[in-house]
Amino acid sequence: MDNLIWIFISTLLVNNFVLAYFLGLCPFLGVSGQLETSFRLGMATTFVMVVTALCAWILNTYVLIYAPYLRLISFIVVIASTVQFIEMSIKKLSPGLFKSLGIFLPLITTNCAILGLAIFATNRGYNLIEGLVFALGAGAGFTLAMVLMAGIREETELMNVPALIRGTAFNLIIAGILSMAFMGFAGLFSAS
Amino acid sequence: MSNDSTAYDEMLKGLWRDNPVFVQVLGMCPMLAVTNSAINAVVMGIATFFVLVGSSFLVSAFKQWIPKQVRISLYIVIIATFVTVVDYSLLATLPAIHKQLGAFIPLIVVNCMILGRQEAFASKNTVKFAVMDAVGMASGFMIALLALGSVREILGSGSIFGFDLFGANFEPWVIMVLPPGGFLTLGLLLLFFNWVTERRKQFIVKVAELEQLSAEEASNNG
Repeated sequence: MDNLIWIFISTLLVNNFVLAYFLGLCPFLGVSGQLETSFRLGMATTFVMVVTALCAWILNTYVLIYAPYLRLISFIVVIASTVQFIEMSIKKLSPGLFKSLGIFLPLITTNCAILGLAIFATNRGYNLIEGLVFALGAGAGFTLAMVLMAGIREETELMNVPALIRGTAFNLIIAGILSMAFMGFAGLFSAS
Repeated sequence: MSNDSTAYDEMLKGLWRDNPVFVQVLGMCPMLAVTNSAINAVVMGIATFFVLVGSSFLVSAFKQWIPKQVRISLYIVIIATFVTVVDYSLLATLPAIHKQLGAFIPLIVVNCMILGRQEAFASKNTVKFAVMDAVGMASGFMIALLALGSVREILGSGSIFGFDLFGANFEPWVIMVLPPGGFLTLGLLLLFFNWVTERRKQFIVKVAELEQLSAEEASNNG
């Protein structure tokens, strides 16, 4: 049980996927303009992550021991079909959200956080439960980073920022400061 | 002849005008994750180069036979195949660097720049143009990787490609090789790029104004 809590907290804070591993930067920089949208995208991504972790475990245990070189291709196909499925269900259930997420919904497929999650879980040899907790932690960490970023961006929207800095450069510098703040969590485990 | 020069243009545009990183802001994840030293950046650049050129070639060669509905999945599978090739060849030739880059070699699959080029360019153009475009874009990407990697290595470890630059008294700026340094350096590089572009725009406007003035003067005198 301790081990599971450790995995969750460490992927949520210390090894945050966005701010420490640089995974999932495209939506992090692209969709984080509004708090509401980024929270929902975070949730959708978390869901895809959990499903992917499950599928990756099944593939690893039953298929890929016979053909390890197919790992990458099979992972990406699983992710692409999961995203397609989610896209269809969101379109049906919540057209407003579908519209606000726009192009970034299909782009969850090429969100490196998800493929990265599957690869990390495989490399570290997590079992099913550990893999699922890892996926939950990673998803929560991604959502946390998105929401923090969106909050800061909404606050700075009306501030007097030189026109030259506005845009990606400004967001990257904010992300750098956020990432520095998250580095403070690194002491969380070594101390105890 | 004119055909050749436009193909050349397609290649050049990736280097500066449409640079995938500085202008289009694509492919950020590998960009930031592997650039803590210049040598990692170069290996990553070469790997991406191979994958992008290879898949652009295949996609443009087979574009008639790829059905519209499943094109994205097919592109991804093509890209994933090339990445698998790169992954295994790197493991065989440069195991130390392969270990350092770790999960980021397989993650080339989801580099949005590569998929973006297939969708936006290779699927609509002939093989020759697609390959030229891929070469240009990949080189632009490599330049950006190298710029970021060298800045971070010089400031963060006081060396470049492993050679010591400043001697023993240099206090390394450790934060530059850690994650925050990546964000900050890329932010500042983008800022610099914006500034240069802005200056150039102002320059062009000024030149146009001066030309108009002299033309008016000439017509007045005449």
